[in-house]
Amino acid sequence: MTEQPARRPRAPARAALLIAEKDLKARIRDRSALIFGILVPLGLAFIFNAIFGGVSGNSLAISLGVAVSDHGPVSQAFVRQVLDPLQRSGLLVLHTEPSAAAARSLTANGTLRAAIVIPSGFSGAVLANQPASMTVIENASAPVTAQIVHAIAEGYTADLNRIRLSVRTVAANSPGGLSPARIGQLAARAAAAEVPVAIRDISASTKELDNKSFYSAGMAVFFLFFTVSFGVTGLLEERNDGTMARLIAAPIPRASILAGKLITSFVLGAFSMTVLVIATSLLFGASWGNPAGVALLIAAATLAAIGIMSLIATFARNAEQASNWQSVVAVILGLLGGTFFPVSQAPGILSKLTLIAPQAWFLRGLGDLRAGSLSVIWTPIAALLVFTVVTGAVALFRLRHLAEV
Amino acid sequence: MADSPVLQCHGLRRKFGDLVAVDDVSFQIAHGETYGLLGPNGAGKTTTISMIAGLLERDAGEVSVAGKPMTTRTVQAKVALGYVPQDLAIYPDLSGLENLVFFARLYGMSRAQAKGRAREVLELIGLSDRAGDQTKKYSGGMKRRLNIGVGLLNDPKLLILDEPTVGVDPQSRNAILESVSGLSSAGMAVLYTTHYMEEAERLCDRVGIIDHGNLIAEGTRRELVGMVGEFDSVSLTASGDVSAVAQALATMDFVKKASVTEDGIDLVVSDARDNLPGILAEAAAQGVAIKSVEVTEPDLEAVFLHLTGRALRD
Repeated sequence: MTEQPARRPRAPARAALLIAEKDLKARIRDRSALIFGILVPLGLAFIFNAIFGGVSGNSLAISLGVAVSDHGPVSQAFVRQVLDPLQRSGLLVLHTEPSAAAARSLTANGTLRAAIVIPSGFSGAVLANQPASMTVIENASAPVTAQIVHAIAEGYTADLNRIRLSVRTVAANSPGGLSPARIGQLAARAAAAEVPVAIRDISASTKELDNKSFYSAGMAVFFLFFTVSFGVTGLLEERNDGTMARLIAAPIPRASILAGKLITSFVLGAFSMTVLVIATSLLFGASWGNPAGVALLIAAATLAAIGIMSLIATFARNAEQASNWQSVVAVILGLLGGTFFPVSQAPGILSKLTLIAPQAWFLRGLGDLRAGSLSVIWTPIAALLVFTVVTGAVALFRLRHLAEV
Repeated sequence: MADSPVLQCHGLRRKFGDLVAVDDVSFQIAHGETYGLLGPNGAGKTTTISMIAGLLERDAGEVSVAGKPMTTRTVQAKVALGYVPQDLAIYPDLSGLENLVFFARLYGMSRAQAKGRAREVLELIGLSDRAGDQTKKYSGGMKRRLNIGVGLLNDPKLLILDEPTVGVDPQSRNAILESVSGLSSAGMAVLYTTHYMEEAERLCDRVGIIDHGNLIAEGTRRELVGMVGEFDSVSLTASGDVSAVAQALATMDFVKKASVTEDGIDLVVSDARDNLPGILAEAAAQGVAIKSVEVTEPDLEAVFLHLTGRALRD
C-alpha cells in the first residue's frame, strides 16, 4: 500500500485543463475531430480546386491569343494600356500569335479560349480618323470567356470612337475647317494620350482571393464550425453518459467543467485551422497572407464559432439533437458566408445577409490582408469578436444549466 | 472527532414541480458503518443521495460530510466523498487506467500519485491485467467494477453507492457485495441504496426504509423486525420421541408455539439465532436425533409490507 492519496480540491484552472486534456485525448482516439476538422475540408478544397480552377492554376485567367499585324501606336497602346494590366491582375494570360490564322486555329482546338486580331493598317485608320476594326475570335465552348473578351475589345473601340467624335466636333467648329493632316495630328495626339485617371481596383483583383486560396479558406472556416462543436457538445455527452454527475461530485468548481469544454473547442478549432493553412499552402499553393494576420483571424473566427455553436447547444436536450441543430446552422451560415461561392458579390439583400455570417467576415479579413498591412483586418476581427461576445455571453448564461445532473 | 458521524443529514427536502420527491429525511452514518437506504423504485433514494453528494440543490435541510457542510457549490466536503452513480460513469474511449488517473487528478493528486493510486485500485477491483484496454472493450461486469473503483480513488471517508448491482450478473454482484463489505470493515462509512432486500440485509449495519420520499423507519435489521413484532420460525427434521421434545420446548419462555409434524417439529420462537443452542440441547437430552435445522427469520420485505401495505417490488 502506498501513501494515503491526496485529498484536496483541484485548482479551477488546472481542473479545466485536465478536462480539456481528457476530451482531446478521447477526440483523437475516435478520429471524429481529425475527419471533420482536417480530412474532409482538405478533400473538399482539393475537389473544388480541381473542378473550378485546377489545383495548381488560377481558374479565372483566360488564355487569350493576340495577333497584331499592325505596328502603329494605337494597337501598341491597346496592348500596353488595356491587355497588359489585365494580365497583371490575373484575368488574362496573353499569348502572342504570329498571324490571325494561327490564332484562329489555336482557338478552335481549345488551346486558346479566345483571340483578338488587330489587322495591318489599324493605327493608320484610327489616326486618319477613319473607320477601323479589330476581330474577336471565340471558342464556342467558352461563351462566358467570349463575352469578357468582347467587353474588353468594345471598351477600347468605344474610347476610339469618342476620340473620332471629339476630333470631328473640333473640325466642324473650326472656322474654315481643318485639313486632313491637322485632323490626323489631333487624332494621333488624342489616341496616344495616357489615361488621365487610373483606378486601382483592389476589390476586383488584388483584394479578391484567388481560387486556390478561396476554396482552401472557405472549406477551412466552413468545417471550423463543425470542429468546435465537438467541445461544447461534450457537455451534453457527459450528461447523457452519466459522467457529468461524477465530475460534479469531484472537488472542482462547475465553472471548470465549462471552461474545460470551451478550451477543448478552441484547441480543436485553432489546431485544425492551422493544419489546414499549412497543408493547403504546401499542397495547393494557397496564399493565406501575413501569418500574424492569419493567426489573428483564425483565433477570432474560432471564438465566434465557439460562441454560436455553444449557444445552439444550450437549446438542445441531448448531444444528438445539438449536433443536428449545429450542423444546420453551420451549413446555413457557411452558405451565407460565401464559403462555397462568393455571395458577397450577389445582388440585393443576399449580399447584406452575408454580414450575419462570421465566415464572411473571416474571408473578407483574408481578402483585406492580401491588399494591405495588418491594420486593415481590424474591422473583420472586431466583427468576429462581436459575434463572440454576444453569442458567448448568452451561451455562458445558459450553459450553466448544462453542468447539472 | 473520530466519534462524530461521517455523514449527518437533517430535514432534507426536494420538490420537482408539485411532486415532493424527498420530504424531511434525516439520518447519520458513523465511521465503518454501512447504511442502507432501502425502498422501491421512485421512492426518493437517488434524489436523497444526489443532495448528499452535492449534485442537486435541496429546498431545505442540512448535510455535512466529515464535518464539512455540503452544498452544490462547495468543494471542501467533496474531498472526503466517493460517489458511484447508478449508471456507468466512465469514458469508453479511455483505458481503465486512463479513466482512473483522470478522476484521481481531479482530487488534487499529481500525475505520479494518480498513476500509483490508479494501479492500487485496479488491483483492488481485479482489473490490473486489462488496465491498458479501452473500457468500451470491457464486459458489463468489468465496467461495473471500474465504476466502483473510480469512487474509491480518493480513499473516501464516505462512499455513496447508488444501486451498484442493477443489471449485474450474479457472479459480479457477489463480488461487488464482498468488496463493499470489505470497505466498511476497513473503516469506511458506506451509504448504499438498493431495492434488493437481500443486499440490504447482507451488507448493512443499519437500514433506512424510504417510501414516497419519506424515511418511514430506521434501525438495525433486528430493530426493524422487532418493530413489526414478528417471530422466527425453526423447522427441525428429527427422529425419535419428537412429541416429548415438543412438549418440553413449549414450556420455554422464548418459544411461542411448538407443533409436531410428519418428520419433526415446527417452532415459533423469538431470537432463533440466540436460542437455537438451547433447542438442540433439549432435543439431545430427550434422545432425539436432529437431521436438519431450518431457521426462517422475518425479513425486511416483511417489514416494508407491514409499514406500507405494499411489497418492495410493487
